[in-house]
Amino acid sequence: MIINHPLLGPRDSQEFVYLGDAALIHRPDGMADGSLDKFIDYAYLRDNPAGEHRELWYHEQGDRSWLVVTRNTVTHEITAVELARDVARREGRSK
Amino acid sequence: MSRISGGQIDRSKTLRFSFDGVSYTGHPGDTLASALLANNVRLMGRSFKYHRPRGVISAGSEEPNAIVELRSGARQEPNTRATVIELFDGLQAQSQNRWPSLKFDAMAINDRLSPFFAAGFYYKTFMWPAAFWEKIYEPIIRRAAGLGSLSKQDDPDTYDKGFLHCDLLIIGAGPAGLSAALTAGRAGARVILADEDFRMGGRLNAETLEIGGASGADWAAKTVLELGSMPNVRLMPRSTVMGAFDHGIYGAVERVSDHLAEPLPGKPRQTLWRIYTKHAILAAGATERPIAFENNDRPGIMLAGALRAYANRWGVAVGEKVAVFTNNDDGLRTVADLKAKGLDVTLIDARKGDEIIDSAGRLGLKSITIRRANGQTETLHVTALGVSGGWNPSLNIASNHRGRPIWDDQIAAFIPAPESIAGLTCAGAAAGAMSTHAALTTGANHAIAALADLGLNAIADIPQAEDAPLNLTPAWYVHSGKGRAWVDQQNDVTVKDVKLAKQEGFVSVEHLKRYTTLGMATDQGKTSNVLGLAVMAELTGKSIPETGTTIYRPPYTPVAMGVLGGRARGHDFKPIRQTPSHKWATEQGAIFVEVGYWLRAQWLPRAGETTWRQSVDREVLQTRKSAGICDVTTLGKIDIQGTDAGLFLDRVYANTFGSLAVGKVRYGLMLREDGMVMDDGTTARLGQNEYVMTTTTANAVPVFRHLEYCRQVLWPDLDVQLISTTEAWAQYSVAGPNARKLLEKLVDQDISDAAFPYMACGAITVQGTRARLFRISFSGELAYEIAVPTRYGDAMIRALVEAGREFDAVVYGTEALGVMRVEKGHVAGNELNGQSSALNMGLGKMVSRKKDSIGMVLSQREGMTAPNGYRLVGVKPVNPSETLTAGAHFLAKGAAALAENDGGWLTSVVYSPHLGHSIALGYLKSGDNRKGERLRSVNLLANTDVEVEIVSPHFVDPEGERLRG
Repeated sequence: MIINHPLLGPRDSQEFVYLGDAALIHRPDGMADGSLDKFIDYAYLRDNPAGEHRELWYHEQGDRSWLVVTRNTVTHEITAVELARDVARREGRSK
Repeated sequence: MSRISGGQIDRSKTLRFSFDGVSYTGHPGDTLASALLANNVRLMGRSFKYHRPRGVISAGSEEPNAIVELRSGARQEPNTRATVIELFDGLQAQSQNRWPSLKFDAMAINDRLSPFFAAGFYYKTFMWPAAFWEKIYEPIIRRAAGLGSLSKQDDPDTYDKGFLHCDLLIIGAGPAGLSAALTAGRAGARVILADEDFRMGGRLNAETLEIGGASGADWAAKTVLELGSMPNVRLMPRSTVMGAFDHGIYGAVERVSDHLAEPLPGKPRQTLWRIYTKHAILAAGATERPIAFENNDRPGIMLAGALRAYANRWGVAVGEKVAVFTNNDDGLRTVADLKAKGLDVTLIDARKGDEIIDSAGRLGLKSITIRRANGQTETLHVTALGVSGGWNPSLNIASNHRGRPIWDDQIAAFIPAPESIAGLTCAGAAAGAMSTHAALTTGANHAIAALADLGLNAIADIPQAEDAPLNLTPAWYVHSGKGRAWVDQQNDVTVKDVKLAKQEGFVSVEHLKRYTTLGMATDQGKTSNVLGLAVMAELTGKSIPETGTTIYRPPYTPVAMGVLGGRARGHDFKPIRQTPSHKWATEQGAIFVEVGYWLRAQWLPRAGETTWRQSVDREVLQTRKSAGICDVTTLGKIDIQGTDAGLFLDRVYANTFGSLAVGKVRYGLMLREDGMVMDDGTTARLGQNEYVMTTTTANAVPVFRHLEYCRQVLWPDLDVQLISTTEAWAQYSVAGPNARKLLEKLVDQDISDAAFPYMACGAITVQGTRARLFRISFSGELAYEIAVPTRYGDAMIRALVEAGREFDAVVYGTEALGVMRVEKGHVAGNELNGQSSALNMGLGKMVSRKKDSIGMVLSQREGMTAPNGYRLVGVKPVNPSETLTAGAHFLAKGAAALAENDGGWLTSVVYSPHLGHSIALGYLKSGDNRKGERLRSVNLLANTDVEVEIVSPHFVDPEGERLRG
């Protein structure tokens, strides 16, 4: 596969390490009430779609960017590649 | 003589070769198959299951029968297809799957026993008793049924990998591919034209057809010449595109040296190319399929197009009296071409109701029995028979992404569905366009369309060529007597087997394949899949597309493991990382151990030491008595800087770091989000906003990845930057009562206990060179780790050894390091096994619940905090002369060695020279309040059963007085 890195352009997927569902961005607050149930969901429950999937990839043999790649798990078509940091900020993550 | 006039062979040169020890001659341009046929050798192999005598049936890579062992010695290669082996001088080939000889094969008894070997015989015959399978049935079957054998020697050749980029990859250099390449090449596109054959031109080389008024073969040669002169076109003969991968990436195997006796100096045997394309055209042509009839597998019976190819391209007449059995007009071309060569040819046209119902000739065809449409039968003496049941487009690559082919009634074959693979289009016979004109036109048009996508203008220039229809009337198998009619010759699958599969309910195409083995092995059913499907369709009364379609995975043809490995072999299998003291340690005769990619000194034997234990015991005792030096460079080092660095550490470590003072080091415990321990190490605060973290050697890369994840994905606005400095610093541990005295000789600063107390750190200088000093201990002794820029690493080890001379200091390796950490009760890799929590390790109190850190919440789950969970304990044998074994499990006295009685296990076992007996760390259920208890440690694999006592994991200096000294 080829991942079109937002900073570096098209790179072979062999340069990357795959992590999984980009839902991992939304880590619950460990100090909040009811955090245990939220963390169990966060750590163990994933959607496993046959189709479009947002996932985290790490450019380990490159610039060390974590990316959010939107990929179709059936066809492997990649429709979007963004810096995970930008996505995380947009989705409300901060310090 | 079977040579006739014509052909693309160089008769001015003679090549010598041998088959089964008999010498023959051929010419450049021959394949092994054409040269054997030219020497009247029709018998080339024995079939897989029944050991039936078999000859070549095709003239290409689809060959199921003529499978031979090529070359001898270490270069011996099994299962090569005689039809694609380019003849070279000195070639040696042997037939396979026969004993004692090809002409007399004792295993041919299987043919007589064929009722027992029908489809599914494995599952039925060898079911009972189960214990017989591995020892008796399987070895017998493997010997009787099978393909070639391995040399069992190292391959002396090298294999390479390479990368290519192009606008347009064209797969196949027949009329469609050449037309596409010419169109795109003239328009200036970057083109790669790959073909598995050593001579480009595809079927044009095997035909007498004309293009633009000249012979098709000459047109092909002229076109290849023009393409070769274009700098933007790369011609790749002898290169099989073996699969389509994602996003326009194709794999191709180039047989660089297979046509030579051995590779030229410095050249690989084969190269695996990864080709990045913007567009690709599949122009792989079509593969002819047979019509099944009784005893249709005798040497001399082949595909009609192959019979014609041997005559036209190689100047070989397989027999002087020939018959052709066809259901389409292409078979008539064989009749015409062979007649033009002066051969006696009889046509049996299935479209007129004529059929072949049997054949005779044990080791080669002697006669066929024909049943005419009017029911009359006659026997015809022929030594060669060409059969054509139609042509299947070679759409294999187009279905690599699971695109289902569609049925085309016109040619009674599957054609690739449009857009089966993004960026790939199919042209010519591969797309079902069977005439030469159609091939030239579709090739050019697909090239024009592909180039338009890239913004290039191309113009079609199509020469005149035939545009005849195939006129095919489907005929799959002849309904006649009770004999066997072969569908898949490579796997010995007959029409009867397909019937049996249907009868037993294996109707779906995937079941049919697995039950009968139809379409498996080296040819992957290129000539047999559609035929098998058609037989099943007829039996079930369904149409062929209703019955199923076959799709193909890569590779298109068999790929040698060697080329997949490329240069990653032996010493080059993976990178080797050497520590800064490697040269010095090598000079000392150190024994090294692989730790990930690193080579670390395991122990450093001295003169007179004959066992590793002597060396390790000395290194441990001398370190504890005086001083020891160890290279700890391999531990991961991560530089962490930024105004939020302290906050960041508080989140990634389970224990508190925000309170760490500048100039101090703290042990840190890192959890995964699921609450298990991920790694441990120390982190030193070198400045207000500057820290350096160490990780275990094994986890240096994963921890760095994890920290980047935390700072980019989880907390994108933290002001924290990371850089891996593992290779930037050479780091040595200096441990033992004399460690300070030793270092004082080298460093420029005051490192007295008052000035540099336990857990201090800071920048220092070593004779003016900048360095870092950390007062940390893994051994339990007074110890420091000193780091210098890597380029001073060699000088530093030599300086340390020299400074240590007056104290009889030793340099110790990873074994002694391990002994001392077990004696001290420190956890390491065996305890940090990814399934253990801080609580399991006796470090539960370190997990701060006053702050949110990775893994904090889930480490407090009910199951994780159960009081009867595993806890780290120390273990010693009750009888000090007994030896413990790692992996042994705890059992109560008298308890049977059953899982339900399992109390835990020994994780790390060493011999402690300090204590004079075996000691261990282990995980024991409720282990924290079982000190003094006596249990057994049982290892059924090592057959040991040792009575042990549970003790504190801190065997040496439990109060920690030494390291604070």
